[in-house]
Amino acid sequence: MKKLSGHPEPHNVGAASMTAAASLFTAASAQEPIKIGAVLSVTGPASFLARPQKRTIEMMVEQINASGGINGRKIELFLYDDGGDANSARTFASRLIDQDKVVAMIGGSTTGTTMSVLPVFEEAEVPFMSMAGALQVVKPVKKWVFKTPHTDTMACEKIFTDLVSRKLLNIALVSGTDGFGKSMRDQCVAVAPKYNIKIVHEESFGPRDSDMTTQLTNVRRKSEVQAIVAPGIGQAPAILARNYKQMDLKTPMYVSHGVASKEFIQLAEGGAENARLPVSALLVGDKLAQNDPQRAPVLAYIKAYEAKHNQPVSGFGGFMHDGFIL
Amino acid sequence: MKFLTPRILTVALLVIVVALTPVVLQSNYYLRVMTLIYVFGLAAIGLNLLMGFAGQVSLGHAGFVGIGAYAVGIAPTHLGIPGLYAIVLGAGVSAAVAAIIGKPILKLRGHYLAVATLGFGFLVALLLTNEASWTGGPDGMSVPRPVIFGTRIRTVEQWYWITGGVLILGTIIAYNIASSSTGRALRAIHDSEIAAHTVGVDIAKQKFKVFVISAVYASLAGSLLALSNGHITPDSTAGFLRSVELLTMVVLGGLGSIASSILGTAVVVLLPQVLTVFHEYEHLVLGLVMMLCIILMPAGVVPTILRRIKGRAT
Repeated sequence: MKKLSGHPEPHNVGAASMTAAASLFTAASAQEPIKIGAVLSVTGPASFLARPQKRTIEMMVEQINASGGINGRKIELFLYDDGGDANSARTFASRLIDQDKVVAMIGGSTTGTTMSVLPVFEEAEVPFMSMAGALQVVKPVKKWVFKTPHTDTMACEKIFTDLVSRKLLNIALVSGTDGFGKSMRDQCVAVAPKYNIKIVHEESFGPRDSDMTTQLTNVRRKSEVQAIVAPGIGQAPAILARNYKQMDLKTPMYVSHGVASKEFIQLAEGGAENARLPVSALLVGDKLAQNDPQRAPVLAYIKAYEAKHNQPVSGFGGFMHDGFIL
Repeated sequence: MKFLTPRILTVALLVIVVALTPVVLQSNYYLRVMTLIYVFGLAAIGLNLLMGFAGQVSLGHAGFVGIGAYAVGIAPTHLGIPGLYAIVLGAGVSAAVAAIIGKPILKLRGHYLAVATLGFGFLVALLLTNEASWTGGPDGMSVPRPVIFGTRIRTVEQWYWITGGVLILGTIIAYNIASSSTGRALRAIHDSEIAAHTVGVDIAKQKFKVFVISAVYASLAGSLLALSNGHITPDSTAGFLRSVELLTMVVLGGLGSIASSILGTAVVVLLPQVLTVFHEYEHLVLGLVMMLCIILMPAGVVPTILRRIKGRAT
């Protein structure tokens, strides 16, 4: 406790009372690198999310440093892999704060890891930028916690707007039971009446289910279903899409922003030839997630990364700002 | 007197380590890592009583860790029971569950017992993942910190002292169990069940007893982990990999020795932290270290080193 609150104090005192000392401090720190931490689930079940994130952040740091850093200060990145384990994510988080003394952290590839590291950053008063999708991360609002991906509500609203324009008002919700799917399902149910959309059927799937033909068969039996909306994250929605093809369903399908990555398309395509239908539905999902830093696809390395990575850049800017205030 | 030496030595060393670490390493990060070692050390000691002393394998011990962890999560938020009582409740539930499943499955031997406990671990993890309205599902739930004497226990330092203290107590109790008649009976069962039976050891009763005891140890560790973390997920408490990790701690440290369980835990918790310098090759090196330990020190790290030292002395 004492140590935590004691740490930033010298800086504050220096900046406030002794102007001479303060200018000395900034002069000295001009050469010092800015330390930024990241804890990502590079291995484990959430690796499909974290790998692009890792490549992106490494690329960003490289670029910023190549162009002279921020205000002449290079960025030093501390990257740890939590393997999707909330427990080790927390250990690495306290390591970033106490050991590496980072000024800000990006990370928490999944909602679970994010939620478990939250208290660490709240207590240490270090800004933390999460990449988890679920709303519960920032609600109730916490002073030191931010998140880049748009919330589930926004995703639902976008999907529903499109549904309305295509006059598909009776939908079936097939949602994941993981935090992301659950949270997005709740948001979708909440905003559905606003768009006159009726949820005529509901199914769920576990994040590690390997077959979802049962759920889809149930959906098919309901003739009034005009579209399938599948909030979920990870491999499960990909399997859903694959089963969807295998069963030759004709109802349009919508998936969430949580799967907008190249890996998803690969996984979903794996089985059948008529991959077009879900992929074209996916394109809608892709468009929705255009400014989502989570996706950060491999393609972005070669071209057009400016537009797509706009958000992480501004994130870094925000960190810088916060770092200086501290 | 001769038998008392390793016991007093271990406890004394432990007290010194617990007392001096915060003085030497003044960082929340180190305290956090040490807390993890203490917590998992407790679970490993319990598992070692079962595996090292009685020779019964459990591949689902994290199930009990999960029960303990979720007890302190669910009881305060859904049932209105304060955190400290919830620890006792969790231990009680774990003991009851261990008693119920222990009766039939401890009749099994070797691989069959391993598979039965494996199944138990998976069941607990599945239950915690799927009962989302109670447990928050795969993303877990937050655990309210308990209030002791009017103060909310939440800082890393406070939990460091609590977990350290509990580990010391747990170690002393484990040594007492090991040197009691139960401990001797267990070792007899380990060597030969038939021989133990012939000399009058009630095998079923003793196995049952140690299974319940080790479940309570794991449950306590789970509760402490949950309370010090403030957030729990099914995978990080009851997951299968957690069971394997506990097993690794016990086997790596050395079966049948309480001190080595703690050291084994320290190795397993510290290695990933130390190996981050290897970045991409972290897991490769981790696997290599584990393999070398098993190939070169099949009896466990501590017994092998002890034998080396003794061999040189004579």
